[in-house]
Formats: sequence, C-alpha cells, structure tokens
Amino acid sequence: MSARFKTGDRVFVRQAEPIGHVRTPYYIRGKTGSIERLCGEFPNPEELAFGRSGLPRLPMYRVRFLQTEIWPDYRGRASDSVDVEIYEHWLESSKQG
Amino acid sequence: MHDDHHDHEPAGKRDHDAPLTDYQRMEIAVRELLIEKGVVTADEIRRTVEAMDARSPAIGARVVAHAWTDPAFKARLLANGTAACEELGVEMGPTKLVVVENTADTHNMIVCTLCSCYPRMLLGLPPDWYKGRAYRARAVREPRRVLKEFGFNIPDNFNLRVHDSTAEMRYMVLPARPAGTDGWSEERLAAIVTRDCMIGVAVPKVQ
Repeated sequence: MSARFKTGDRVFVRQAEPIGHVRTPYYIRGKTGSIERLCGEFPNPEELAFGRSGLPRLPMYRVRFLQTEIWPDYRGRASDSVDVEIYEHWLESSKQG
Repeated sequence: MHDDHHDHEPAGKRDHDAPLTDYQRMEIAVRELLIEKGVVTADEIRRTVEAMDARSPAIGARVVAHAWTDPAFKARLLANGTAACEELGVEMGPTKLVVVENTADTHNMIVCTLCSCYPRMLLGLPPDWYKGRAYRARAVREPRRVLKEFGFNIPDNFNLRVHDSTAEMRYMVLPARPAGTDGWSEERLAAIVTRDCMIGVAVPKVQ
C-alpha cells in the first residue's frame, strides 16, 4: 500500500465514532492539520484488537495541529502545536488553508 | 510510639490492605495460564520484569550527553532515534524512537493521552503522574500551565510542541545544552539530564 499523503499536505481527520479499539483520540477528530512525516506502515490496531491480522498494513503519519485549531480558547502562542500519530484511513485530503 | 494495648495483628496484614483490582486478577489469571500451557516460564517472566526494572533515565541521559558532544551523532539521532541509540549499545527491542530537539525558540513535551506510552528502553518505567488522567488531559489542553506547575516558566516567545504518542512511535526530548557546560565530560553532562528533562516538563540546570 503506498502512502497517499506527503509531508506538508493538509489533512482532515474523519469525525467518526466507531466502537472498539481506536487510536485516534477524540479531541483531534474533525480537526485539520498538516502531515509532519510518514512514520511507516503498520498493521491496523483496530483489527489487531480483535485478534485479526490487521493486514494490509496502513500508512501511519504524524500530523501536526495548531493548538488554536483544536481549542478555540487556547491560551498561548499561535504557533503552539500538538503532533498526533494517525493511521491513513482516518485522514482525508483538505482543500482549505 | 508505644501502643501495646491493641490486639496484635498477623504480620503483614496491614501492609496488604487493598483488595486486588479486576485488572490484577486478570493479569494473574493470564500469567498462570501462560505458564501452565508452557508458553512462557515463570523464570522468563521474572527475568523480563527484572530487566524492565533495571532500566533507568540514566540510559537516556547518556544518549543526550553523547548527542551534545558529537554533532554527527546528534544528526543521526534526530534522523533515526532507534538506530542511533543502538549504536551506543542501548537495547531498543521493537521501539521506534523519534527524538525531538529543543532549540533556542522551540520547546517539546511528551504525553500519551490514550494510555501511558513512554520510551521505557531509555527512561525505565514512567512516573505515576505521567500515567494519570490530569497530566494526560491537560498536557494537550493547557500545556503552558502544566509546565508552570512543574516549575518551568517557558518564555512567551517560545513555540511549544506537544507530542501525543498515540500509536507506534515513542518520543524522547533532546534538551538544549545549557550555557556554562563547555569542556564538560559526557559523564558530567549526563548527570544534569534528568528524566523530566527528557519528557520535556523541565530543562537541565547547571548547579
């Protein structure tokens, strides 16, 4: 499976609430950030949690979000950020900004 | 204190006053089954626990001190944390390490909001506060206030980068080498690199 995004791409995290073992934190769902780096390809943890193979492996990225994008009332510098690791099936391309 | 009037309790009774939690029961049950079925031996488990307990932040401090004194190593450490640590003989197992560098205008701190992912191969077991909900929730919500509570006033003009270890990678902060340490040996440098400096809730200080 080849990686769909590259460093610098703007991405949107799906706003979804599937049941099970999910490694995409709630606070980041529905938010837009940019790809910091591709970390590699890994078995899908949502499948591994049920004893399945998790294959094919999924590209997994570090995505950088501005704090002010996540928390509208954030107090700190506008450039403060949070990096979160996100598997590709949670990401969509974002045209905005 | 001399209070000989109450009844003697069986030795050790008060030392084990908390009942087992469900997770402790589950751990014991799974461990006993694994041993019974010959998947692992009791001695293998003991040895693994012993090795885990033997790891301490001194390992990470040694890596940091080496990076401070060897620019080529520092570049390799930032490019591939796992491979660079293995160069120094640190056993990394399956850990994929990302090292994030504090600079003249950027400070980094580490959290795992989902559980307690931590670079154990370099820092040993995480402190209780790192696993607690307060730190996990607040480190991404109001990190500057959290740092202040740790006694670190991050300058207003610094960028603050929080790293949430939600999946496969583990993070370690490479602190900035403080002024006043010119000519120091790696051993002396390593002594000022504490656990909290490598989590990013403190910075090394020259006494």
